[in-house]
Amino acid sequence: MSLAGDFRRRMPEASHDLRRPLSLWRRVHVDVPLLLALLALTAYGLVVLYSASGQNPYYVKRQVVFFVIAYMMMFAVAQVRLQMLERWAPWLYLGGIGLLLLVLYFGTGAKGAQRWLSLGGFRFQPSEILKLAVPIAVATYLSQRLLPPRFSQVVWTLVIIAVPALLIMRQPDLGTSLLIAASGLIVLFFAGLPWGYMFGALATVVLGSWPMWQFVLHDYQKQRIITLLNPEADKLGAGWNIIQSKTAIGSGGLHGKGWLNGTQSQLDFLPEGHTDFIIAVLAEEFGLVGVLVLVALYLWVIARGLMISLKAQDTFSRLLAGSITLTFFVYVFVNIGMVAGMLPVVGVPLPLVSHGGTSIVTLMMGFGILMAIGTERRRVVR
Amino acid sequence: MSEPLHLKDYSREARIFAYRVMIAAVVVVGLSLSLVARFYNLQVVKYRDYATQSDRNRVHVQSVPPTRGLIYDRNGVLLADNRPSYTLSIVKERVSDLDTTVALLQELVTLSAADMENFHERLQQRRRPFEAVPLRYELNEEEIARIAVNEYRLEGVEVEAQLVRRYPLGKLLAHSVGYVGRISDRELSGFSEEQYRRYSGTHIIGKIGLEKQYESVLLGEAGFQNVETNARGRVLRVLERGRIDPQPGKNLVLHLDTELQRMGFEALGDRRGAVVAIDVASGGVLAIVSTPSYDPNLFVTGISYKNYRQLNESLDLPLFDRTLQGQYPPGSTLKPMLGLGALQQNIIDTKFTINDPGFYRLPGEERLYRDWTWKKTKSGHGSHVDLYIAIQQSCDTFFYDLAYRMGIDRMHAVGAAFGLGQHTGVDIPSERAGNWPSRQWKRSARGLHWFPGDSLNVGLGQGDVLTTPLQLAAMTATLATRGERRRPRLVKAVDSVEIVPRALDNAIADSRHWDYVFNAMKDVVHSARGTAQGISRGATYKMAGKTGTAQVVGIKQGEYYDEEALDERQRDHALFVGFAPYETPKIAVAVIVENAGSGSTQAAPIARKMFDAYMELEQRQLARLDGGGS
Repeated sequence: MSLAGDFRRRMPEASHDLRRPLSLWRRVHVDVPLLLALLALTAYGLVVLYSASGQNPYYVKRQVVFFVIAYMMMFAVAQVRLQMLERWAPWLYLGGIGLLLLVLYFGTGAKGAQRWLSLGGFRFQPSEILKLAVPIAVATYLSQRLLPPRFSQVVWTLVIIAVPALLIMRQPDLGTSLLIAASGLIVLFFAGLPWGYMFGALATVVLGSWPMWQFVLHDYQKQRIITLLNPEADKLGAGWNIIQSKTAIGSGGLHGKGWLNGTQSQLDFLPEGHTDFIIAVLAEEFGLVGVLVLVALYLWVIARGLMISLKAQDTFSRLLAGSITLTFFVYVFVNIGMVAGMLPVVGVPLPLVSHGGTSIVTLMMGFGILMAIGTERRRVVR
Repeated sequence: MSEPLHLKDYSREARIFAYRVMIAAVVVVGLSLSLVARFYNLQVVKYRDYATQSDRNRVHVQSVPPTRGLIYDRNGVLLADNRPSYTLSIVKERVSDLDTTVALLQELVTLSAADMENFHERLQQRRRPFEAVPLRYELNEEEIARIAVNEYRLEGVEVEAQLVRRYPLGKLLAHSVGYVGRISDRELSGFSEEQYRRYSGTHIIGKIGLEKQYESVLLGEAGFQNVETNARGRVLRVLERGRIDPQPGKNLVLHLDTELQRMGFEALGDRRGAVVAIDVASGGVLAIVSTPSYDPNLFVTGISYKNYRQLNESLDLPLFDRTLQGQYPPGSTLKPMLGLGALQQNIIDTKFTINDPGFYRLPGEERLYRDWTWKKTKSGHGSHVDLYIAIQQSCDTFFYDLAYRMGIDRMHAVGAAFGLGQHTGVDIPSERAGNWPSRQWKRSARGLHWFPGDSLNVGLGQGDVLTTPLQLAAMTATLATRGERRRPRLVKAVDSVEIVPRALDNAIADSRHWDYVFNAMKDVVHSARGTAQGISRGATYKMAGKTGTAQVVGIKQGEYYDEEALDERQRDHALFVGFAPYETPKIAVAVIVENAGSGSTQAAPIARKMFDAYMELEQRQLARLDGGGS
């Protein structure tokens, strides 16, 4: 009793927390505001997907199945204790790297890229594992150091990030590689990476872009950048996607053409309408209003994620929650920016809306971690 | 494992983190605003541009084929109509893997070897880009449904409802009405800009017969409509605005009478031959039969190679239109006309007679020109043969003598006045002119002078004389009208506007000469000694005519003509020309039966059947008029 009183005096918030019985939601590790936002996005996404797939119930059914799996995975991951995650981090990371090496030698794929591993009929992309393994590994590494990080620690962090990023770039899968690198770098940013390092790196990137262009980028990657800068130059070839997606978005106007009435999408002018370019369908059929609703839902998720990260109890949780949330925003921004012709066309799906199974499952597992962090019981200080 | 925990400053780390989260939130909001600004720019500021662009993407102008004009006989019987049919076609440009698609289609609909063969042949042909190539015609409901269900797997496959030409009477009118078929490479390359426009929605064109002759009338005018297409050009919806309706082609009404046509067709049966019947008053063609025939419907959707070869290589030449392209020696059928000419030119008169020993010999020549009676009796037609007997009994000796007396120039003039050696100008393409010899012709064609012996051959309708059955029918019609020549025509009216053909120079003769020749022609049929007296039995009306037998191979001097020994294909052609009723001629008929031997036994009965049929139709029509009037 006296111990409790003493504790209460020293940590008023924690005592308040301890005094009250834990809510049912908290006990099952579900963050209700986040869950509501995700469900809203899921529902909205399915409505758009039905139209974008040419009203083909096959895609919608498949997507629903993936969502069911994804939500189950999210709840499962939310039950994992964070110390466990921290302890497993190196093995998760090293296992992921091992699988990436296997992909390079035994992988299967399509369109000149080798991204898949086949295990007795079941195919999956090991790069999906790294989407979570990299931020977990970086957060683990940095949280055990004195922050803000020193130079050598920054270098080690960059090595941790670079190994999987380069392996994925070799597949080649530039989009995923950059996103995974971003998820790691975001941890570094939240850990307090000095501003000087950041501006220095920025300057290096600007200066290093010329040799990058000359020696590293594939022709199709260069083509994507050229197409971005001037899509009108190659109307039927490389610029087709961008021109058609901009036409779809623009012709939607303020209120849109109505659900299932988008001519660009329903008449197949829009390529990849149910996957990467799905927001063009949404913009065409629901107009600017529909886009604003979507952006608002995404911002709700991000705001909730940042709140969870601010309330998190230790550095590892904070860094991980912050990275998961911000990486989610990067996905959203890169995809929408790409479809709207602001960024190069890199194959990034619109999170929770685009058709595609594995990326949804990975994303929801990330939100599972976020919920685990948000609903963690107060630890007793040792 | 690493640095000691007690050195960590948790509150400082939390502060740094909170600060960085603030910065991140600002960046998130900033970038989100930039996205919103971009969408605002696209969707609100530039809305008009993109809305126009989007319409331009999906809306295309498409031509609408006109309905081809119909063809009726004179009683309103349909001879050519358009029947809706579902056609399965493939747009090659939109198919990623043709073999896979075709293999898939093979599971869904029955595709015969002939279908496949035709399809691959059509693929080779030149065609407009993105033009659908037909694979199967006349899909049934079940097949259409099966394709519809699998549509998503069948990129570039189209099922189109089309009007397909149909000839309900089949082989009965194959040569005259003709048929339509796909526009060929050669036709396409010869198209003018104007034609390209007119045929923009049509794949077919008249190939032979009336379908070809009246192509521009039957075709109609293409219409245009706005359609919504998807990115692959498949038409999904027809838009209401901006439609220009197609103008259907005009309908043709023919002089032709289906019942007469059928009578001629059945009378010829499986023999090779031709029957042409002409309405004397108008020059309209009542029947135009060429046997054997073929089913023109085979050609409409593209005949298979096997079928075509069968038709093309048959010794009986079913594709050959004997009525217009068959050129036969007319034989004795010319005798009334030549006799009339001789009377009119005062070379002989009605009292002129010869003594017929059964042969004719040119003055100063050894060669005997034998009468056709020679093989039966060596006595000829008797000692007092005049023109009447010469026509009635077809005395060759008389006409050898007459030809010698007339000479080629006067004979040529008479025949030319009746249209021999000239195109009749009938409204079916690819008519042949035959040959009506003259001095000039022989000089230019053979480089030889005219010999008196040549005249004898012309007088008997042999040698270099060639006529088509249509020419003979037209000649007979001219006889029947006492010299009023009319251009034979099939089409009576185009969209109920009557067609009046241009007049021709008449054949002129005194009326007593006409009477004389008509009488002789009547007695060819109606007298005991007439060569066609067999066909008068039981007739309720009088007719006039002339038999003919045309040699296929030359019989050498001194040889006997033995019908039995000759190969069937080398036997004489049997001919008959005639008109009825004798008093007021209404129908003129020419009949030719190839390699049938005698005109009187083989050709004349067919003419009688035609006359009978015509008279019966007249009777029926009169009865109907009476019934309607009272």
